[in-house]
Amino acid sequence: MATAIKVENLSKAYQLGDFGTGTISRDLERYWARLKGKEDPFLKIGETNDRTTKGNSDVVWSLKDLDFDIEQGSAVGIIGRNGAGKSTLLKILSRVTSPTTGSVKVKGRIASLLEVGTGFHPELTGRENIFLNGAILGMRKAEIKRKFDEIVDFSGVERYIDTPVKRYSSGMYVRLAFAVAAHLESETLIVDEVLAVGDSEFQKKCLGKMGQVSKGEGRTVLFVSHNMGSIAQLCNKGILLNNGNLLLQGNINECVKAYTYTESKKIKNYFEGDGLIKQATAYTIFDKSSARTKILLEVTLSSACVIQDMVLGFMIKDLSDTPIIALNNRHYENYASSFRNITQGKFLITISDAPLLEGKYKIDIFLGDRLADLEVISDALLLDITERYEQQTAFAIDSKLNKLYINNISWESI
Amino acid sequence: MNTLTTQENWDIEITAKNNLLDLKLRDVWQYRDLLLLLVRRDFVSFYKQTILGPIWFFVQPAITILFYTLVFGNLAGIPVDGLPKPLFYLAGTIVWNYFAECLTKTSTVFKDNSALLGKVYFPRLIMPLSIVLSNLVKFGVQFLLFIILYITYLLKGSAIAPNIFLLLLPLLIVMIAALGLGMGMIISAITTKYRDLAFIVSFGVPLFMYTTTVIFPLSVAELKYPAYSWLVKFNPITAIIETFRYGFLGKGSFSWDLIGYSFISTVIILITGTIIFNRVEKSFVDTV
Repeated sequence: MATAIKVENLSKAYQLGDFGTGTISRDLERYWARLKGKEDPFLKIGETNDRTTKGNSDVVWSLKDLDFDIEQGSAVGIIGRNGAGKSTLLKILSRVTSPTTGSVKVKGRIASLLEVGTGFHPELTGRENIFLNGAILGMRKAEIKRKFDEIVDFSGVERYIDTPVKRYSSGMYVRLAFAVAAHLESETLIVDEVLAVGDSEFQKKCLGKMGQVSKGEGRTVLFVSHNMGSIAQLCNKGILLNNGNLLLQGNINECVKAYTYTESKKIKNYFEGDGLIKQATAYTIFDKSSARTKILLEVTLSSACVIQDMVLGFMIKDLSDTPIIALNNRHYENYASSFRNITQGKFLITISDAPLLEGKYKIDIFLGDRLADLEVISDALLLDITERYEQQTAFAIDSKLNKLYINNISWESI
Repeated sequence: MNTLTTQENWDIEITAKNNLLDLKLRDVWQYRDLLLLLVRRDFVSFYKQTILGPIWFFVQPAITILFYTLVFGNLAGIPVDGLPKPLFYLAGTIVWNYFAECLTKTSTVFKDNSALLGKVYFPRLIMPLSIVLSNLVKFGVQFLLFIILYITYLLKGSAIAPNIFLLLLPLLIVMIAALGLGMGMIISAITTKYRDLAFIVSFGVPLFMYTTTVIFPLSVAELKYPAYSWLVKFNPITAIIETFRYGFLGKGSFSWDLIGYSFISTVIILITGTIIFNRVEKSFVDTV
């Protein structure tokens, strides 16, 4: 397949801190160094971009020596933590800013949707804004005219099309804006995480449209999102960035796996805190004879004031943060209010037949007093389920479709 | 001939530096629809939710010349070459306003539009060009006011006589626009990083007006301050205003030297401005 985008040796340095009186002398120094043909003195001392640690210099490399090719017609998901350089990469690719060194070569037009509704003017009507926004994104007027009905139809805001967009709800605003961008006729479409505002129906519609763009029309799509679910669904290739470096490029599933793995490494199966919940541990036990997975959740707490009617709960999520189950003792008649006037103690939650599939899960712990929340610890524990009954059959379960497994089920002819 | 390496054709190449003289005018032409839509946006959004609508374009110059006539004409008694005072002031004011609006708006173009320019690419030159064109529309409306007043005085039999230099009008308009655009772009490039200059512009532009012949004719300046009148002539706007008045009203100072000087400085300023702008636009997003 032909290469659509070729990135060579791409780096981008940013200056940290404030621009003020001090910067002019530094600018002069840099200018002087350039005049004499020397290397920029301030780029030499640049550091990798780790936002959590304090550095010594004012310059960080938001992207460092990136090299990769993107094939025409592929849908590429760009993943990484906040500050990994995803947005910087998209900004360079969409020519909003220029790299410090290196180059990007592109075939065909690029349309980028880094933000929804860029250039919408609140005073203008939806109709006027479709034309303005389309032109900003690089469409000719005739092209917009031809697609106008299609755009309005896709957005689903026909009734409001002659109303100023300042009267729109934020959802309608996003719908209209995405509709315009989705109808661009460019060889490459760049989409930053912009769909978060729309309702789920519209999000699905957008993802569908983007899938159609890449699979159906053979155009290249670059997509940034923190939602691993939609990335895995939409993309076939992935680029994993970490602190401005290219960690992995290749199949999207490998990238998502590598990303979620590095993310989950930070959570252990043991939690220690200085709030009300002092300690928590999770164990899984696979009982071969009954082929059941048992989960034990041990929580130690100590409170300065009396918890009158304690509620202790947990939530199990997958690594993309999709909740799978969330329960507490009030959901069970037998335990609804069995913990009264608690100040401290050790509690054990036993799930004797956990219907979870093989894989890694995150657990949130919740502590409350009647209806009041006392403490919620997100991502407190990591649960690693390695053995499962269903693995004993010859047919594997599709993990894309299934989150849970049902033990007691039967197929009979009646 | 058989070469092993295939030369691939790339449509866009993104690198750290671009050619100083590559102004990407072809790109600008590609985006001409955007230019017109931006002008339309500015024009339409100006009078949305107002009752008088575009009439507001008339109000500002009308009130201004009323005050100029009262204060400078009558109270201070600055002679106006024997011309009708409102007409004299209006001629200077609309030319000056067009220049000043182009200059101030262009000088903050990166700052004002950083939200838009930081999210989507289009030839950056479109933005200042749209400012110049939007203000041209405004100038056109104010020019209409001037023509109405002009005809009124002509019918009343005032001592005004249009002459052949009226034909220079299109050139004059282009020169004002180019001057405002060029100076604005130079300032805009500097203000992306250091905002200091923006302050100078905000109080400097109204003061700068007094070094042009908006409220006094060049002849008066030469008569009263012969030693300093070069300062007024030095300002390229002076020649434009004087020629404008001379063409319409038949009085004032016109010389090919003066307008020639003004033309050359305009070209130099415009080229310098465009090159500087072109250099800064690539990465202003990081510093603005």
